[in-house]
Amino acid sequence: MSAACLDIRSLSAVLPNGQRVLRSVSLSVQPGEVRALVGESGAGKTMIGKAVLGVLPTSVRVVDGDMLLEGEDLGALQPKARRNLIGARTALIPQDPLTALNPSRRIGPQMTDRLVRILGWSGERADSRIRQLLDEVQIRDPERVLKSYPHELSGGMRQRVLIAAAFAAEPRLIVADEPTTALDVTVQKQILRLIAQLQRDHGTAILFVTHDLGVVAKISQKVSVLYAGKVVEEADTAELFAAPRHPYTRALIAATPRYTDPYASLKPVDETVLAGLAAEIAAADQSWRPGHG
Amino acid sequence: MDDARISRSGSSPRLWLAGGWLLLALLAAVLAPLIAPQDPLAQDLMLERLPPFWLDGAEPGYWLGTDSLGRDLLSRLIFGGRIAFIVAFAAASAACVVGSALGLIAGYFGGWADRIISRIVDIWMAFPPVLFAILLVAVLGTGLSSVIIAIAVIDWTRFCRVIRAEAMGQARMDYVESARIAGYGRIGIMLREVLPNVLPSIVALLSLEMGIAVIVEAILSFVNLSISTDDPTWGGIIAEGRLSIHQAWWVLVFPLITLILTVLSFSQFGEALKARFDPVLR
Amino acid sequence: MAEPLFSVRGLKVALPDMTRKPLIGRAPLAEILKGLDFDLPKGSVTGIVGESGSGKSTLGRTLVRLLEPSAGSISFEGRDISNLSEAELRPLRRDLQMIFQDPMSSLNPRHTIFNIIAAPLRQNGLGDRLKERVAEALQRVGLPQNFASRYRHQLSGGQRQRVGIARALALSPKFVLADEIVSGLDVSTQAQILTLLEKLAAEMGLTVAFISHDLSVIRRLCQQVIVMREGRIVEASATDALFENPKQAYTRDLLAAIPLPEIDPDWLRPPEKASA
Repeated sequence: MSAACLDIRSLSAVLPNGQRVLRSVSLSVQPGEVRALVGESGAGKTMIGKAVLGVLPTSVRVVDGDMLLEGEDLGALQPKARRNLIGARTALIPQDPLTALNPSRRIGPQMTDRLVRILGWSGERADSRIRQLLDEVQIRDPERVLKSYPHELSGGMRQRVLIAAAFAAEPRLIVADEPTTALDVTVQKQILRLIAQLQRDHGTAILFVTHDLGVVAKISQKVSVLYAGKVVEEADTAELFAAPRHPYTRALIAATPRYTDPYASLKPVDETVLAGLAAEIAAADQSWRPGHG
Repeated sequence: MDDARISRSGSSPRLWLAGGWLLLALLAAVLAPLIAPQDPLAQDLMLERLPPFWLDGAEPGYWLGTDSLGRDLLSRLIFGGRIAFIVAFAAASAACVVGSALGLIAGYFGGWADRIISRIVDIWMAFPPVLFAILLVAVLGTGLSSVIIAIAVIDWTRFCRVIRAEAMGQARMDYVESARIAGYGRIGIMLREVLPNVLPSIVALLSLEMGIAVIVEAILSFVNLSISTDDPTWGGIIAEGRLSIHQAWWVLVFPLITLILTVLSFSQFGEALKARFDPVLR
Repeated sequence: MAEPLFSVRGLKVALPDMTRKPLIGRAPLAEILKGLDFDLPKGSVTGIVGESGSGKSTLGRTLVRLLEPSAGSISFEGRDISNLSEAELRPLRRDLQMIFQDPMSSLNPRHTIFNIIAAPLRQNGLGDRLKERVAEALQRVGLPQNFASRYRHQLSGGQRQRVGIARALALSPKFVLADEIVSGLDVSTQAQILTLLEKLAAEMGLTVAFISHDLSVIRRLCQQVIVMREGRIVEASATDALFENPKQAYTRDLLAAIPLPEIDPDWLRPPEKASA
């Protein structure tokens, strides 16, 4: 295959106390594809998204592995060049649309700022681009929205604004970090629909971080299942739901509630599955040496 | 992660350094009549302005030198510590009890109680504190109890404001609601659920306030409004030392160092104690 | 059907609206619940479902009388409790228990698990044999006995929620309100907590109101469901009937919006009439 949009090769990261938080993670996102990154809390899924965007907390240190963005090795670049590359080719759709927006500034300037400052666009060009994107996310009265402060919009509207902002700069890759977790189900469905629509229209690749296997099934073509910072299974989404290979994946699917089949779902995860995972992680840590990933 | 935090704050050097100095100073003050090398009030013009022990002209038994009346500086500092600590404990405790209780009530009960208490605090804080203290002592008359009352009357607002804010935060916690579900009354909830969670802040503030009380007492002594001029106080020694700074710097410098170390130790000790209490949280 | 445990008629609740509070003076009241009528049959588990702003949590807190109704009546075992004072409610507290959404915030960090579970027992005249009763409560929720001496920060999310359940059930109450008790938990833990509650409700014959924003966890646990929207009841019926034959469009929308963990290429396709 030619250059992947994002290629992560055996990425490992540790906390100051030496504890590994990412364990030789490898995954790739092809151009125009949605890859879901699914796992429970503490699985490291958000950490991977942050690593890609170059915004890991200072306490987390990458000790091993490479990240390639459209074939360019991020590790080989100077910090400034790396920031510029990431800024030009990626964007983020955050989990909480309220904290992602500055409460004391109007929506309009917040949206155009990035285009003007980072990409050096003229004010008019940025403005017309933002209006075009607001139309694409089905905001019918862009004038009012652009003049609003974040708290004057509903949660769903704010998330639409952030989706529009993410797509506006035509990034090659978008990291979507639990973008619908804070929303009501009916709003979640509209937002997922919009993300899928814009993703298809713009041919953007998405790394979609979520804890919800239901969302994975609907939005993604590929999926990586994470546990304790390790990819335990990676597959085509259709394949994963048809024939999950790893016991943990099977347990997760069985635990996810399905109202259509109440007694076959909501199954507590078996102790033996967790014991198996612990053994697998211990074995991986044993054979791991920094630099030989 | 929690365990790491406990061990880190548990071995905190500032807790031991600050606590060590306070313990030393407190012991010296309590045992003053036994350990002071000289009578702090004994004047001897033959011995005036003796330098500290490592300088030429020092006399054995006068470790930190003497003042312009020939009184032993170390002994005066040790006896001055008695007043400093009495004022610190008494005034800070009084301010703490009054301020914390009102803060707890205002923060937890809210409504009218909060409105009334907060208004009083606002008005209180409009007075410049040092002037207020001088005024109070002038009205009450000089003396140890007047100094203690003045400090408590002025500084209870410090406790009230902080504890009110913390109690308001606690009142929103689900465990407060849970205690209502369990059948506890309002006072019971305040004492059982809210108080333990604001206690670390109260302890830290109390320690900080002791340091502040030491300073205020020194200021009042400095302007000669504290207790009778015969008994040595740190502020009084500093005031006298200021007059002879060019002839005997030590009379000013040693009490200043003692004062600064003590005040700093109180505030650091309080912060370190709070940090040590805190790992349970969050 | 047996005599209902709760009987709610014309229930209205208004709360101060802080977003519209003027600089000086009181915040205006906003009506959160706009007239509800329903019964909770004895020994049944009722799901109360709605999106944010539906008033489901306000309803729950009014049932256990943390809030007071502004109009209408709530009768519990035939007795009107809608306007009882805190003191009058105290003898009833034993039978009106609650499990909270966020087990972190609902457990006091300064108390041991023993003290947390013992508090309602002491307060409700069950202070004798305290050790025994707490041990029994821990065992009931599947926690080891040595957890009694721990603090909340030494427990995992699922274990904390088990403590929350143990505390509520230690009094053997007649009614338990479970307010979004699994929404902060991982799926694997969520399944454990739900099956535990299901088992205990059946064993102890509890009447449960299970509040959730998520219809998908309701079906297994609840015998009937109340769907709420903007302070009103949209639809109330037996669980199977609601899921198999939802009468209201809003209920159908809610069901259709749940992403099932199954491949369905049509799910994200925009509705036909959206272009109109």
